[in-house]
Amino acid sequence: MIKFILGRLAYLIPTFIGITIVAFGFVRILPGDPVLLMAGERGMTPEHYQDMMQRLGFDRPIWAQYLEYLWKLLHGDFGNSIVTKQPVLSDFLALFPATLELAICAIVIAMLVGVPVGVLAALKRGSWFDQVTMTVALIGYSMPIFWWGLLLIILFSGVLGWTPVSGRISLLYYFPAPTGFMLIDSLLSGQKGAFSSAASHLVLPSIVLATIPLAVIARQTRSAMLEVLGEDYVRTARAKGLSPGRVVGVHALRNAMIPVITTIGLQVGVLMAGAILTESIFSWPGIGKWMVDSISRRDYPVVQSGLLLIAGIVMIVNLVVDLLYGLINPRIRHR
Amino acid sequence: MKLRTALLAASAAMAMLAGGVQAKTLVYCSEGSPEGFDPAPYTAGTTFDASARTIYSRLVEFAPGSTSIQPGLADSWTISPDGLEYTFKLHPGVKFQTTDYFTPTRTMNADDVIFSFDRQGNAKNPFNQYVPGVSYEYFTSMGLDKTIKSIEKGDDRTVKFTLSAPNAPFLADLGMDFASIVSKEYADKLMADGKAADFNNQPIGTGPFTFVAYQKDAVIRYKANPDYFGAKPKIDDLVFAITTDAAVRAQKLRAGECQVMPYPAPADIESLKSDPNLTVMEQAGLNVAYLAYNTLQKPFDDVRVRKALNMAIDKKAIIDAVFQGTGVVAKNPIPPTMWSYNDAVPEDTYDPEAAKKILADAGVKDLHMKIWAMPVQRPYMPNARRTAELMQADLAKVGVTAEIVSYEWGEYLKKSTAMDRDGAVILGWTGDNGDPDNFMNVLLSCQSAGEGGSNRAHWCNKDFSDLLSKAAETSDVAERTKLYEQAQVIFHDQAPWLAIDHSTVFMPMSKKVSGYVMNPLGTHAFDKVDIAE
Repeated sequence: MIKFILGRLAYLIPTFIGITIVAFGFVRILPGDPVLLMAGERGMTPEHYQDMMQRLGFDRPIWAQYLEYLWKLLHGDFGNSIVTKQPVLSDFLALFPATLELAICAIVIAMLVGVPVGVLAALKRGSWFDQVTMTVALIGYSMPIFWWGLLLIILFSGVLGWTPVSGRISLLYYFPAPTGFMLIDSLLSGQKGAFSSAASHLVLPSIVLATIPLAVIARQTRSAMLEVLGEDYVRTARAKGLSPGRVVGVHALRNAMIPVITTIGLQVGVLMAGAILTESIFSWPGIGKWMVDSISRRDYPVVQSGLLLIAGIVMIVNLVVDLLYGLINPRIRHR
Repeated sequence: MKLRTALLAASAAMAMLAGGVQAKTLVYCSEGSPEGFDPAPYTAGTTFDASARTIYSRLVEFAPGSTSIQPGLADSWTISPDGLEYTFKLHPGVKFQTTDYFTPTRTMNADDVIFSFDRQGNAKNPFNQYVPGVSYEYFTSMGLDKTIKSIEKGDDRTVKFTLSAPNAPFLADLGMDFASIVSKEYADKLMADGKAADFNNQPIGTGPFTFVAYQKDAVIRYKANPDYFGAKPKIDDLVFAITTDAAVRAQKLRAGECQVMPYPAPADIESLKSDPNLTVMEQAGLNVAYLAYNTLQKPFDDVRVRKALNMAIDKKAIIDAVFQGTGVVAKNPIPPTMWSYNDAVPEDTYDPEAAKKILADAGVKDLHMKIWAMPVQRPYMPNARRTAELMQADLAKVGVTAEIVSYEWGEYLKKSTAMDRDGAVILGWTGDNGDPDNFMNVLLSCQSAGEGGSNRAHWCNKDFSDLLSKAAETSDVAERTKLYEQAQVIFHDQAPWLAIDHSTVFMPMSKKVSGYVMNPLGTHAFDKVDIAE
């Protein structure tokens, strides 16, 4: 097992270097630069432009900038935003709990709904339940998130008035946030109604963010289940006279979960991408919105280090999934 | 540190509640996050709303709802006859805000005023680079680095600015956000503590509201400043709920989650107006959108061609289709709300037949040209691509083939200043200080023509530029008005642009809100606002 983990960790090093190059290069390939955007309509003389580029260190050869960036990274320095002048890492740490809280809620919803729906659809293959849920899942998978989010706001917040429109908690509540997780902080605050306010603010964004992963998980569970249900060992289990619940729950589901867990792991990337749109719609102060703002301002240090941090998290989650995979499926870790 | 701020503020809020006082809170759905809380390094209105207009005040202020100058931290001022010396008498006993991170030991004085400008203009000021790489864009772009020769202290309440040349817009510049007065005592303390960067996160000013806390990208909290030297704010707490999407802002306003919102989407305005709980204030924006020809290139160097093209484009149709009626047709380079606007200048007539004839007379046949359409929405232009398409169709009717081009915004801004630029460029301007100089000199003078300059027509008319220089050198408003009126006549005769429109600015708010005054300069201030329970 240790060899397996070390092998997986070794993979991370080239991936990590690759990401630094991509993250560094990506934002510089984009046309335009931060100084031009700062100047706006008023323009800037070529001399002043040069002076600004020099102040920000963007006048040096690109490889020199990259090497300096890498050197600082190895010393734990992720750089400072050229707009807010704040350290990128501290901004990231301040904003990340909001994204994490939203992503966890979304993935929990996606799993709690997606797995049972997929199993039921597989067991009742060809029934109306199967057909309706799989059609809905296909629609969910193709849903334009921005439109979907606005639609839910207009319906549930505007017309019905059931949920708040946006934000993380009602502005009437004001308390220190030691963990950054609003659900936990609101409980710790001891203020009456704070927790339910935080929870109600989470409902719509979680549903929006969960939509695509839910559809993927439901469809993946169904097809994995169908495959397993046709296997010899399931037939044998049935022939032994085991109860249908035991056959499905113990023999079929456990094996069917192997590809599903991989899928869930892969959804972390999808969640991060979805978070960008979801956070923008719901004014959710997380890293998605932060990245969008920084890209549009060409805030190079924030974009390159932000991408790196996000990619790092996706990598760690995938590593954990790989390890879990090994736990569930012994064939993997012994190979 | 942030946690401590939050804890203290929270306990203060609790104490207030425990005291049984019902605090009046106004929630403003702001359109974006501030870049920082020190107004000097930034140029964005969003940042100024959150810093300069709440926390700080200036020597002079723009009167509410107008661009005229009134006393601020300076009670009075005198200008020497040669227009070179401005001497300000400061208001006595103005206190900087007291917060959990700073307690001032003295009142605001001449040292603070000198420091506020010196740190921006003097690279040797120890606070000039209080965070590495910081630059003072507005100070430079308004030309104050060249205009201000020296600033001297008379006594604690007297400051004298000496200019290098007479400059009438100077007074208006001092009312701008970047010219906010900051505390030298606070800056020195932070410097001594090695925490200079906090100057941008934990602001201290003399304005109507005291900073309480900022939760990044989410909420900014302020409380009324009990020591404010002006009329005390009527609300106790001011909250900015950062909501970037315009449609979501409108939903929040309807749901009562906030009471005031800026920048509604044009498509939402009608439905907001029809909501019985809301009022929608509106005001002509202090802006202009234009199509600038490159007057250095053939055949656009010929005034007849430019005038013919101006006649070929139906501006009214653009206002109807693109602005959905939320704008007015422009004829001058300055908006009608600005002093010295010359209403006697005739409108450009839409006359394709006459245009065709003039083009033929000028010997122009089968003209191919490019129209540059900017890729972003701006306050003066909601959809440049659509505008360009309408222009393209109009030009086709007079035998001119137009090709529409666009670039990424930063590139667009840069490439459009090139002297060999191929094509006419759609762009615009929003006023900084309400002075006509800030439109005409910035956008059309010889001084701003050339690579990197903001005169995108590269139009250099000596008579026009001379009038502007003369107007800038005299401080008599009546005299200046006359000069600017003449300049607008030359602009009309020479047609370096097609002046397109001046857009209208809308401000939807709850009917519970009273006392809100729209500011023509586009900033948002809440010191006069009250809210009904």
